[in-house]
Amino acid sequence: MSIMKRMSLIFRSKANKALDKAEDPRETLDYSYQRQLDLLTKVRRGVADVATSRKRVELQVNQLEQQQAKLQGQAEKALGVGREDLAREALTRKSGLAQQIGDLKTQHAQLQGEEEKLTLAQQRLQAKVESFRTRKETIKATYTAAEAQTKIGEAMSGIGEEMGDVGMAMQRAEDKTAAMQARAGAIDELLASGALDDVSQSGGGDDIARELDALSSTSDVEAELARMKGLSAPEQPAALEGQPASGDILDEQPQTQARPAGEQS
Amino acid sequence: MIVRILGEGQYDVADSSLDELNRLDAEVEAAVDADDDVAFTPALAALLDGVRAVGTAHDVDSLDSSDLILPPADATIAEVRELLTDEGLIPG
Repeated sequence: MSIMKRMSLIFRSKANKALDKAEDPRETLDYSYQRQLDLLTKVRRGVADVATSRKRVELQVNQLEQQQAKLQGQAEKALGVGREDLAREALTRKSGLAQQIGDLKTQHAQLQGEEEKLTLAQQRLQAKVESFRTRKETIKATYTAAEAQTKIGEAMSGIGEEMGDVGMAMQRAEDKTAAMQARAGAIDELLASGALDDVSQSGGGDDIARELDALSSTSDVEAELARMKGLSAPEQPAALEGQPASGDILDEQPQTQARPAGEQS
Repeated sequence: MIVRILGEGQYDVADSSLDELNRLDAEVEAAVDADDDVAFTPALAALLDGVRAVGTAHDVDSLDSSDLILPPADATIAEVRELLTDEGLIPG
């Protein structure tokens, strides 16, 4: 027998078995309807769970991307002050993050796919449950227990199949989400521990930042010193450099050398 | 006839299309029997695409049961095997 036929027979017999509980066939209708409402609630919760996981991954991607931008900035700054070693370290960490981000984006796409599938499953089930409710009332109002049997069988079989389908879709989504949640938890822990240089620890507590801060405060001091020397001690460059090659400085030199002599006398 | 793709919904398929779908189904079955993952994924995709191509969406609020039920598009061979046994299915 073909796969299609085997699967159909097995699936249907299982779905029907799950719903076949009550003695009066009309009670079966109410029992089944209750199960349907329960399942609808579960599916809605399932959609919300997957959405929560998706948002969590989104947040992690954002955090890692911020960290990436920060490392890029640090690399540029380090190169600007001639520290290629620091720049290299920052870029190395940045490329490590790129891999993590790539993985997370793949997960995000999968979660989004599951969320869409479950949302559609929920809508299909909802439409069928609504039909079932109408049919159930008709059957209970119109038929005796004996007469109702066939009608009930038809309605139950259709809804049972849908419930089996939705139940399976939920199970698959849960399995996939559970695996991803474990990985997301690991990344949250890494972010919290600062091992990924979480930018939420404001003040840039990581070692590259510290070294760059030290460097930039040193170079700020030097720049300030140079500026002050330029203003207050114009003779100093000449005294230090002895015989400058630059034409500009040569032009100024006679004045700077002459002026102190004039002032002293 | 009505064909359900699990996780996707029901399609109305004309009986005249059945020969073609049976041919595609035979390829899926061969891949499952041979435990051939490489052949299975494209074979299943071709079968489901075939159903989607020749079928039209069945009324979403009908309570009709399907004549044929097919595995979800991202199913693995192992999952198809599970669907063919008495274990592993959650009937709601």
